Amino acid sequence: MDNELIVKLENVTKRFPAGKTEFTALSNINLTFGKGEFAGLVGPSGSGKTTLLNIIGSLDTPTEGKAIVLGKTINSLSHKEAAALRNYGIGFIFQTYNLLPVYSVYDNVEFALLLQTMGSTQRKKAVMEALDWVGLADRASSKPSTLSGGECQRVAIARAMVKRPQLVLADEPSANLDSNNSHNIVQTMKRLNKELNTTFIFSTHDQKVMQYLERVIYLKDGKVERDETGGNNHAGI
Amino acid sequence: MKQEGTIMLEYKLAFRNLFGAGLRTWLNVTVLSIAFVIIIFYNGMLDGWNRQARNDTKAWESGSSQIWHHLYDPYDQFTIADAHAKVPAEYKPDIDRNLITPVLIAQATAYPGGRLVNVLLKGITPSQTILELPTVALGQNQENTEDYIPAIVGTRMAHSAKLKQGDNLLVRWRDANGTFDAREVKIAAIYKTTVPTIDNGQIWIPLEKLREMTSMPDEATYIVIGADYKEILKERGDGRQLQGWIYKDEKALLKELDDVIAAKKGGSKIVYGLLLAIALLAIFDTQVLSIFRRQKEIGTYIALGMTRLRVIWIFTIEGSTHSILAILLGSIWGIPLLMLIQKTGIPMPSSVDQAGLAIGDSISPFYSAGMILSTILLVVISSTIVSYLPTRRISKMRPTDALRGKMI
Repeated sequence: MDNELIVKLENVTKRFPAGKTEFTALSNINLTFGKGEFAGLVGPSGSGKTTLLNIIGSLDTPTEGKAIVLGKTINSLSHKEAAALRNYGIGFIFQTYNLLPVYSVYDNVEFALLLQTMGSTQRKKAVMEALDWVGLADRASSKPSTLSGGECQRVAIARAMVKRPQLVLADEPSANLDSNNSHNIVQTMKRLNKELNTTFIFSTHDQKVMQYLERVIYLKDGKVERDETGGNNHAGI
Repeated sequence: MKQEGTIMLEYKLAFRNLFGAGLRTWLNVTVLSIAFVIIIFYNGMLDGWNRQARNDTKAWESGSSQIWHHLYDPYDQFTIADAHAKVPAEYKPDIDRNLITPVLIAQATAYPGGRLVNVLLKGITPSQTILELPTVALGQNQENTEDYIPAIVGTRMAHSAKLKQGDNLLVRWRDANGTFDAREVKIAAIYKTTVPTIDNGQIWIPLEKLREMTSMPDEATYIVIGADYKEILKERGDGRQLQGWIYKDEKALLKELDDVIAAKKGGSKIVYGLLLAIALLAIFDTQVLSIFRRQKEIGTYIALGMTRLRVIWIFTIEGSTHSILAILLGSIWGIPLLMLIQKTGIPMPSSVDQAGLAIGDSISPFYSAGMILSTILLVVISSTIVSYLPTRRISKMRPTDALRGKMI
């Protein structure tokens, strides 16, 4: 991990309207994430993990405070600027994979690059390389409906990584997977983190994922309860 | 960082999504293609009828244009007694050259089979060739016209008066001085025409004979102008400068016909408007359902870096592509069907011409490029609008809610 700052959160608070009152999902969050970090947001349901990931991913904005991601202040981005930030700088991995069902594995991974300017030869090479990373090059023409859950999540990882983003946000990536597949996909991400020096931020409450994390941030009721670094049992993988 | 990409990506995605939807897409496309073909058929029928009616009316009744006596009103029988005057002298050479032909009208009473029928006696030059009326029959046996007056009538008149060729018919009229006279006319020929306004209640006799009978020498009620003469007449100022005569151009003469066709088109628009509405409603419904069911997909698009505008584009293109596919599908089954109908024509029952409009035994639809193009534009534009309307919800959608598939 080098010292380049990827994410900086200053007093981030997020409130949602709840009837006539407001629900505070995040309260005064102050965090930074550097380049190449493999960190996780951990906590029970409703602790604010996903909300924090959404703000970092420019899918949402803080009610108060400031979120700076890849040098951009999320609070002040227009829809178009936020889309450009996600397009070039951030990869997403979702709990339910969110693959596009009518596309093949190849098309799903290629989709991320179609939003960018890239020649078809270069694009094809990048897609096949990404599928190689996750061991699915031989399933390129398959439809998502023919894949197992683990394979689908590996396609989602390939889609997130194919554009070589500086930051990958993974929201409960192992929640729908069995134990073997959970280990497998986290190991894959860990390997890519090391090889490509990409910053990974997870939200999880899965112990199998947590054991791979180099930094674990415990959230409770929208606040940072603990921020622990160096708890990684599999750093060498 | 700048988001790049071309509109082709949206088209590519839209087509994939559309074909991925399978049967639902093809049901919508089929319904829309039926509406598309029926709209073209309806308009083609009316255009075909319009063309046929205009051509027939010009060929049988109106010529390229006419010059009317200023009192003449074909819809007011009371004007006929006074609506006649001597044909302007400068027209006489043109009449002799058969470029124009005068018509004189007199009211009369006919007595077919002892019954009394009000008729119009119309005098026309037997040698004229401007109108398709078989007036040549009026010129045969001219030497015997002292004995009888040759007359031609249409099939409708013959049918209602129970006349056949060779029959004699007693007619009574009043001359210019108001004196009654009566003679028998002999039916020299019975003509069949699609133009009922030169048939019902009309008896055509030689012009000179009618002038003699009514003591109206050299007079006419109106003058029919042949196509060749139209340009010459224009150079002379359309005859408007002639005192007591009024020039009626093609537009004025066919106004009633055009009005009826326009009214028919208005009525048919309701029918195909309903058909189109059903098809568009199916597309609208599909779009609403699609946006509701595919919220996660929408969220994913946005998370992967698409702007909402581009997502709206994808869904709008998806919806409007129904119309492109409908036009293609409609062309596949519609072109052979419409061409067959054009070739065979649609038979029309004889009762339909009682409306007083020129209508043939069958109508061949006419499909003009302009009409087909405007129909295509109507279908594409309307389906694009109904495809776009539901997608406006995407612009209000929070991506975080969309990703969760939360109801909007």
